[in-house]
Amino acid sequence: MYTLGIDIGSTSSDAVVMRDGRDIIAASVVSLGAGTIGPQLAYEKVLKEAKITAEDIGGAVATGYGRKTCDYAAKDLSELTCHAKGIHFLIPTARTVIDIGGQDAKVLQIGAQGQLMNFAMNDKCAAGTGRFLEVMAKVLNVKIEDMGSLSMKAKEPVSISNTCTVFAESEVISQLSSKKDIADIAAGIHRSVAKRVAGMAMRVGKQPDVAMSGGVALNAGIVKALEEELNTSILVHPYCQLAGAIGAAMAAWEDIREEGKG
Amino acid sequence: MSENNKATEQAAPAKPKRPKPKSMIMLNEQTAALAENTRKAKEKGEKIGWSTSIFPQEIPEALGLYIQYPENVGAGIAARKQADPYLQTAEGPLEYNNDICSYAKINLAYAEAMNEGGTLVMPDFLLVANNICNQVTKWFENLSKTLNIPLFMIDTCYNSEDYVTESRVKYIRSQLDQCIKDLCEFTGKEWDEKRFIEVMDISAKNKELWIRANELLANEPAPMNGFELFNYMSTMVCNRGKASTTEILTQLNNEIDEHLKNGTSTYPVEQQYRIFWDGIACWPYLGHNLRTLKQYGINMVGSGYVKAWALDYESNDLDGMAKAYSYCPANNNNMSTFIKRRADAIKQFNCDGVIFHINRACKVMDCQQLEAHRRISEITGVPYVGFDGDQADYRNFSEAQFETRIQGLVEVMKARKEAQNNG
Ligand code: SF4
Repeated sequence: MYTLGIDIGSTSSDAVVMRDGRDIIAASVVSLGAGTIGPQLAYEKVLKEAKITAEDIGGAVATGYGRKTCDYAAKDLSELTCHAKGIHFLIPTARTVIDIGGQDAKVLQIGAQGQLMNFAMNDKCAAGTGRFLEVMAKVLNVKIEDMGSLSMKAKEPVSISNTCTVFAESEVISQLSSKKDIADIAAGIHRSVAKRVAGMAMRVGKQPDVAMSGGVALNAGIVKALEEELNTSILVHPYCQLAGAIGAAMAAWEDIREEGKG
Repeated sequence: MSENNKATEQAAPAKPKRPKPKSMIMLNEQTAALAENTRKAKEKGEKIGWSTSIFPQEIPEALGLYIQYPENVGAGIAARKQADPYLQTAEGPLEYNNDICSYAKINLAYAEAMNEGGTLVMPDFLLVANNICNQVTKWFENLSKTLNIPLFMIDTCYNSEDYVTESRVKYIRSQLDQCIKDLCEFTGKEWDEKRFIEVMDISAKNKELWIRANELLANEPAPMNGFELFNYMSTMVCNRGKASTTEILTQLNNEIDEHLKNGTSTYPVEQQYRIFWDGIACWPYLGHNLRTLKQYGINMVGSGYVKAWALDYESNDLDGMAKAYSYCPANNNNMSTFIKRRADAIKQFNCDGVIFHINRACKVMDCQQLEAHRRISEITGVPYVGFDGDQADYRNFSEAQFETRIQGLVEVMKARKEAQNNG
């Protein structure tokens, strides 16, 4: 039985098709989020890659910022539960999950079965979110996906002390104009995000293993900064970006099993 | 079922609208009467007052003065989604900072520029008790200055201890005595000790009835939708010393008793989760908040308002009154009192979760909230979520963020319930 999970974020749409809640058959990532054609493209792409049609899907669950807008999903779940389930599938030993999403940064505490036990989220402010990183990458004129490798070259990370995105932006500009090394600035930006998120992790309690979920986990600079702030190693799975969608596909499978159809 | 199952949602037939309960009709009549009577009194040349919400109203009530409450009116304006022009005026031509309390912004704009035809009659004097926050002091001082009217103030001080010290009791008591003298002198009214005792007795009765109505929600399932009690708060704010309030609250208690007897509830769907709500309602989004909670069968059974008017003092005991007015309000307390009150209520109402309104308007409420979240959760073992909002400034809230946080809380509460059921 195939199930589909779609994670409609604010900046990207990720879809996954799984068989029997066990095997990932196909996945797609489109860099367009809620309110765009991104979710539809991700859906079509994943079906095509799995070589199946919509009729072959036994159940679908949507998650992410645009989860309420997905009409083919029977149900929606918050990204909190889906990231918990998804990371549990990818890294069964994980008990703390950090996810830096486009709009929300969150730290989850999960149980041995991948169930969500507790969580902390950022306040309304964009500091410590993916959007903050995007704005900063733009100021540095660096592609967001290159920020990680750039920051790894830093020798003396600068300090970015403002939490407000707009003020931090002008802080970065003034660092640039005082000819600070761009790698040092990138590392400073990552450290500033890591500080915000580490505060949340401290609130929830950083029970090992600590894993990172979501697309930002692919940024090695952020992972390193977080490891330093939390004084612990952080596990990152190559499919981390798909964790939300995987969790959604698994939730769809669990529902089918509960209903006795699976 | 805790998740948003779309099939079930679509299949649910539309329910006919419930007729307004008698207590609510009585409450609306009381609100209209206060506005109308105040307007008439002003026309007759009587002196009208504006007051903060937990002022010792027994004094002006005993003097037969007409008092209105800007916080309450601000909440109404915000709930009706009419706050925008007031907020714009306050932050624009009046040059108030965006960060001040949104009730203050609305009222200062009202008083200084936009009072044509409003429910608040322009005042001749002001009554301030800073037992809710110190921001009201500056707000009312500004009113006093711009309207050029006197301000009568009771300075209660912050509760740094878990009790009110004797020196503070003396300090506040002497202000109560002075306030009676000053108000008599300013309004030309005569002090009547018998009437004062009568008002104290009525107020005590109303306090008991209010607490009783709230505490009945500790029953399972709760006989009432907790958000509805927010509406009845206005009778405690604006008419706490009046016999009409006794009638309303008696009627409300009878209605709740009736629900308990019949096993019914005004909560419209099956109650799956019981939560404690900390902080003022997010008035501009009350409907949205309620709909979001209802989607998961969450009923707010407890809130900080249950004991907000638990003003315990013996009749005609002014020292006791001084103590009560200092200690009772929900905000003005040190960390240990703040935590204890909430933890006790969460246990009393058998809550599955807590929703903290991180209210951008109300600094005194927020300043210790984050640490309190953690400690209350440790004491009670109950999960919580905080959301950013504002009681009256609609610009400080995001519907999507609220929805995600509530859904997350539901998923945690569900997982915990399942874990409990499975031993
Ligand atoms: S909402 Fe808070 S800041 Fe505003 S008047 Fe009330 S207690 Fe004071």
